[in-house]
Amino acid sequence: MNNSGEPGKISFATKKFRFSDWFAERFIKVVAFMSIAFVALIFIFVFREAFPVFRMDVIQKVGSENLVQERYGEEPLTPATANPVSGSDIKVSKPSSTLLARVWMPVSDNPRYGLIPLFLGTLKVTLIALLFAAPIAILAAIYTSMFAKPRIREVIKPVIELLAGFPSVVIGFFALMVLATVFQDIFGYASRLNSFVGGFAMSLAAIPVIYTITEDALTAVPKTYIEASLGLGASRRQTAFNVVLPAAAPGIFAAVILGLGRIFGETMIALMATGNAALTSINPFESVRTLSATIGAEMAEVVFGDTHYSVLFLIGSLLFIFTFILNAVSEFYFKNLVIRRYQSKK
Amino acid sequence: MNRNRKDIIIESLTGISVLLIIFIIVSILAITIKGGWPNLTWKFLSEFPRDGMTKGGIFPAIVGTAFMTLIMTIAAVPFGVITALYLAEYAKENSVFAKTIRFAVKTLAVVPSIIFGLFGLGFFIGFIGQNMDKIFNGGVLKWGQPSILWASLTMALLTLPVVIVSVEEAIRTIPVEMREASLALGATKWQTIKRVVLPGSVTGILTGTILAISRGAGEVAPILFTGAAYYLADLPHSLSDQFMSLGYHIYIMSTQSSNVDATLPIQFATTLVLLLLTFSLNAVAVVLRYRIRQKAK
Amino acid sequence: MENLKVRAINLSLFYGDNQALKNISLDIPEKRVTALIGPSGCGKSTFLRTLNRMNDLIDNVRIEGEVLIDGVNIYDRDIDVVNLRKKIGMIFQKSNPFAKSVYENIAFGPRINGITQKSRLDEIVEFSLKQAAIWDEMQGRLHNSALSLSGGQQQRICIARSLAVNPEIILMDEPASALDPISTGKIEELIHDLKQKYTIIIVTHNMQQAARTSDLTAFFYLGELVEINKTEIIFSNPGKKQTEDYISGRFG
Ligand SMILES: Nc1ncnc2c1ncn2[C@@H]1O[C@H](COP(=O)(O)OP(=O)(O)O)[C@@H](O)[C@H]1O
Ligand SMILES: [Mg+2]
Repeated sequence: MNNSGEPGKISFATKKFRFSDWFAERFIKVVAFMSIAFVALIFIFVFREAFPVFRMDVIQKVGSENLVQERYGEEPLTPATANPVSGSDIKVSKPSSTLLARVWMPVSDNPRYGLIPLFLGTLKVTLIALLFAAPIAILAAIYTSMFAKPRIREVIKPVIELLAGFPSVVIGFFALMVLATVFQDIFGYASRLNSFVGGFAMSLAAIPVIYTITEDALTAVPKTYIEASLGLGASRRQTAFNVVLPAAAPGIFAAVILGLGRIFGETMIALMATGNAALTSINPFESVRTLSATIGAEMAEVVFGDTHYSVLFLIGSLLFIFTFILNAVSEFYFKNLVIRRYQSKK
Repeated sequence: MNRNRKDIIIESLTGISVLLIIFIIVSILAITIKGGWPNLTWKFLSEFPRDGMTKGGIFPAIVGTAFMTLIMTIAAVPFGVITALYLAEYAKENSVFAKTIRFAVKTLAVVPSIIFGLFGLGFFIGFIGQNMDKIFNGGVLKWGQPSILWASLTMALLTLPVVIVSVEEAIRTIPVEMREASLALGATKWQTIKRVVLPGSVTGILTGTILAISRGAGEVAPILFTGAAYYLADLPHSLSDQFMSLGYHIYIMSTQSSNVDATLPIQFATTLVLLLLTFSLNAVAVVLRYRIRQKAK
Repeated sequence: MENLKVRAINLSLFYGDNQALKNISLDIPEKRVTALIGPSGCGKSTFLRTLNRMNDLIDNVRIEGEVLIDGVNIYDRDIDVVNLRKKIGMIFQKSNPFAKSVYENIAFGPRINGITQKSRLDEIVEFSLKQAAIWDEMQGRLHNSALSLSGGQQQRICIARSLAVNPEIILMDEPASALDPISTGKIEELIHDLKQKYTIIIVTHNMQQAARTSDLTAFFYLGELVEINKTEIIFSNPGKKQTEDYISGRFG
């Protein structure tokens, strides 16, 4: 016969060990596993640096000796050691007891790490951003998937998704240079940079996220729903809002949740456009300081391992937990809901 | 036709939302171009900053961004391609392991970028770097401080999901008939991947790489305290050097500079450079991805 | 009369809960053409794919029973599927050349078997193309993309590609269903030539094709093997009413 080897010579009766296949499969699996490991490592290392905040507290409660932690040996900067005379002043000696204070004043003789203004600031900016981003993005997605002619849709989608490619520092710069001035001219408030400007700018970062996922969710609604509704004499608007929108609701919630995650983790826009003053006010035209901006602004200046450093990591841990939960919710809850809906109505 | 006034108003509202978004995109582009174009000269691109960064160019920031994204790519792309291979070729859709990996990738994609910065500081600099110094460097500070290496690796982690998603999508467009042809000829799974699947996903790997570069070049938060420098008189010479970056340059020039107004042209021109860079990369990726999807049809 | 090459014993296959093959038992002789006919969806392709374990690639497939090739049960635990597939060529319904040159398509199999010597590869490529009766057409365009060829040529390239690994059995799943009559004629001629050397099992829904090309014909219906016999007998004097109905065009 012709070619490589005689026919019948190849035996398949016993398994042959092929090293390259054996190795490739294991290697690929191990590398893929690293993604899980990375998430775990992020978890561990962000929390590890945050943990001393609480330990400092415990140590001082028990003995109020000036125990310095082993790991951060040289830093004599726990408040008690930095300020030994005020041993009776409880507020000063426990860094973690100031976490619930109304003041964020990490760099002072009497440092206070009150997270409340930061939380409030983040909440305020996030709400403002979401109030802009969600309706605009969802309406735009409805237009794209329901009302636009196919040819126009082909153009709109990639154009809007271009916005996702704008680095946030560019959006921040635009907010700082242009939006702040424009809004100040319109509304006439005092502080040029504030939660309104910052929130609006952040909505620009969230719009493409919400838009894309919403558009996908709307497009995934079976055509038969739409045809049935139109067949019954409903207008396209009625069909869009009474049939398609409810059917796609879980997907749209997931979109908003992910947009939310995008907003409150946003650092550069917050740093550049919110004014960064840790005020406790509900006025949208006052400056605020968000959680992530606090990390961004202060981490470069802190002493490695001191209380302030750990508190910033604590803030990071909170941000991480929060996005993790949001992601898990959108992933498991809403995804299952979407699947179940279409299955039950098929 | 029962198109009443209400229909018309609400439909218009949805259209207006689209127009508003497009208007904002165009405004950002137009204003950046208007402010940056006059200063965008060869000199600006090829010179170091001068006079306390109030004059001169952004050469080191361009080079720093390029180096950083290069190292990032070297780290992120192989990892991303292999993970995508696992997800598309080896994983059983319903296995817990595969689902966990997918969830992890998704988590990496949504974790705020500042958290990556914290991780880079805590893990790469504080843990790996400081231990490297202890073990290899006799405790002398070299790796246990911000550097282009740690910033790039931090950024690689951030862009990993971008690579994975693009490559997996491309791998999945390769028809199952191609794999069957190869397997039916007696190729092993790995031979099939090496000779059929990978060559068929080159465009997808390229797309993922470009998207990752575009993302990495524009992100600032992860490098704020892992390696980016305010000003350097010299280009980075080693992996342990700090570097200047375009995005960080925009940030400090517009917020920390002693005389923000005087440097406005520099700020706008730097923003324009960064925007053009990320934009053109994204445009290339969009075209490539479109071609992959067409081919799949 | 002949050597037995393939034997299925009580073979059943399930896609999840859906049973696609029901207790199939049949014998296929060496160096003959065996045609599998039956209405669409009756399990012909599924059966064919059990013979080189292509169904392993599909999730949730369960197989019961045995398939013996040269007397060895290919569903035994210790079977080397890769080597099994080297022994069995497969031609698919939709021709599936790789997006490579004609030469590289044919050389694919030899290369994965570790042949790197250029002269040896040249030899195999030429020999395989000649066996597939397409050498004359391809001689000058070996380095053109296989995707630039016509459908009939692509299918014959796929046949040549599988011949290059020197199989003993060739499985063909409706190899000419997408081709024009002239290309179909060429493939049928080729099948006739190839049976000198190879055991061929061909799925077809074209009864004339089965009548023209095959020595034996097996009729499948709803996942069951209704009957298998010499092709002349099946087409002139079938044993079962269902077979008669099918070949006389009353259903399917
Ligand atoms: N990959 C698969 N998954 C689930 N069911 C399948 C699959 N392939 C084929 N089937 C089912 O098995 C039955 C037989 O299919 P097939 O072998 O392709 O028939 P034929 O080739 O005779 O037309 C059909 O009912 C078909 O729907
Ligand atoms: Mg079939």
